[in-house]
Amino acid sequence: MQKKRVVLTFPPSLVGQPITYHLVKDYDLMINILRATVTPNEQGRLVLELTGQRKQVEDGIAYMKALGVEVQPLAQDIKWHEDKCTHCTACITACPTQAMSVDRATMEVSFTKERCIACELCIPVCPFKALEVLI
Amino acid sequence: MGKTIQEINEKIKNGKAVVVTAEEIIDIVEKKGAKKAAAEVDVVTTGTFGPMCSSGAYFNLGHTKPRIKIGGGTCTLNDVPCYTGLAAVDIFLGATAIPDSDPRNTVFPGAFRYGGGHVIEELVAGKSVRLKATAYGTNCYPRKELDTWISLKDMNEAVLFNPRNCYQNYNVAVNLSDKVIYTYMGRLQPRLGNANYCSAGQLSPLLNDPYYKTIGIGTRIFLGGGEGYIVWQGTQHNPCVKRGENGVPRMGAGTLAVIGDLKQMSPAWLKGASFTGYGCTLTVGIGVPIPLLNEEIAQYTAVRDEDIFAQVVDYSKGYPELISGSLGEVNYAQLKSGFITIEGKKIPTAGISSYSRARMIARLLKERILAKQFFLTEPVAPIPSVDAGITLKALTERPVKQK
Repeated sequence: MQKKRVVLTFPPSLVGQPITYHLVKDYDLMINILRATVTPNEQGRLVLELTGQRKQVEDGIAYMKALGVEVQPLAQDIKWHEDKCTHCTACITACPTQAMSVDRATMEVSFTKERCIACELCIPVCPFKALEVLI
Repeated sequence: MGKTIQEINEKIKNGKAVVVTAEEIIDIVEKKGAKKAAAEVDVVTTGTFGPMCSSGAYFNLGHTKPRIKIGGGTCTLNDVPCYTGLAAVDIFLGATAIPDSDPRNTVFPGAFRYGGGHVIEELVAGKSVRLKATAYGTNCYPRKELDTWISLKDMNEAVLFNPRNCYQNYNVAVNLSDKVIYTYMGRLQPRLGNANYCSAGQLSPLLNDPYYKTIGIGTRIFLGGGEGYIVWQGTQHNPCVKRGENGVPRMGAGTLAVIGDLKQMSPAWLKGASFTGYGCTLTVGIGVPIPLLNEEIAQYTAVRDEDIFAQVVDYSKGYPELISGSLGEVNYAQLKSGFITIEGKKIPTAGISSYSRARMIARLLKERILAKQFFLTEPVAPIPSVDAGITLKALTERPVKQK
């Protein structure tokens, strides 16, 4: 079994299609929707955790790419610029998954990419723009 | 027996001074007692690194040929407006100034990506910024327009001058309403969703000298990575608030006005900051050395996070409506643990001021003193303390009748 977190970007033409249904039905994937935004006349964005046989995860991703969905690994989505971070800890309570966390002895902040679900809640609370969404 | 600042400076010069940080002195006083600590330790270094809105810098740009009188005209640095009501080429840039073109909160909450604090950070980093000015023209200053790149190197003087820094303690901000609010204390989630605090606690300068017995006008300090001085009490200096038995104020109290040569400072310790929905500001690094003149001072510097209390204030109604009142008291050990309990609810906490950077400043200042690069000064006058009878006034409006 393989687990993969991906960021999907849908062009407006695909927003109406039940793509996640096909991922479940045709590729036998377990799907956990971490985040979804669909704006009328704009792109749709979906952050998914896909769990299934390696081959089927790959095939499911290939199926979406063939339809014109942009598929990116999730870890690349949010970048923590350590050089800009002042370790004020303002982001800590904004992060729902403890991807941003603080060592209580040193009071220093760190970023664990694997936990990040790219919800972007941290972006507006960092006074130093140390967190960035990579598109 | 006490000692004097001259004696301490003599020890620093001879490489014999004992210098510890405001964290390190805690254990020393606990193990040896304040009397012995005062005899053995000469200086305790403090630090703080947080957003301080009442900050800014004044510049002398040098005269153009032909001359221009920016005084009474307009001036921007990277589109951020500067104050020009001074002489021909003296300007003042405030940390919270933003370009006229910034959309502000028209689409709420605004991002406030760039302002005076960011210009100061860029200048300190050695970058050139765009200076634009207009003037009305006079016989002696005929020029009317200026558009040029300029860096700190090009200026005669560049002086950081902050009318209010270094708050002695601060509110803990929460939101009792049903909506998210955006404040200078960060984003506050509805119904006590989170609590934000802003003090270095046991490392903070004025919390280690609660009655201002050593810190005064003329005290040399670490400012923005360089050296600066305390020039006055800060605006809203309010020493007569409720204090604990240890003398430590239980809410915002004393403040400092500080000054220093911007040209020697560093962008690591002066950083522009953007508060969503609120505005721009400057995060300032300050470290104040406290001479352990006697046992009493040693006891003050041994203050711990758990002995420093702050008031929890509602920023959805209480703060904006200027209604005084507190939802309770918490200490900095609780705040730094990540959770506090208010009205029976466990609330996650986050800082706005960086404790880890405050610790670095206290250590840097200690190193500079040990390296004989930093000597203490005797204050030339004290700043007002608890006996000053100061009360902070709200503005009593006298409405103007329209004719």
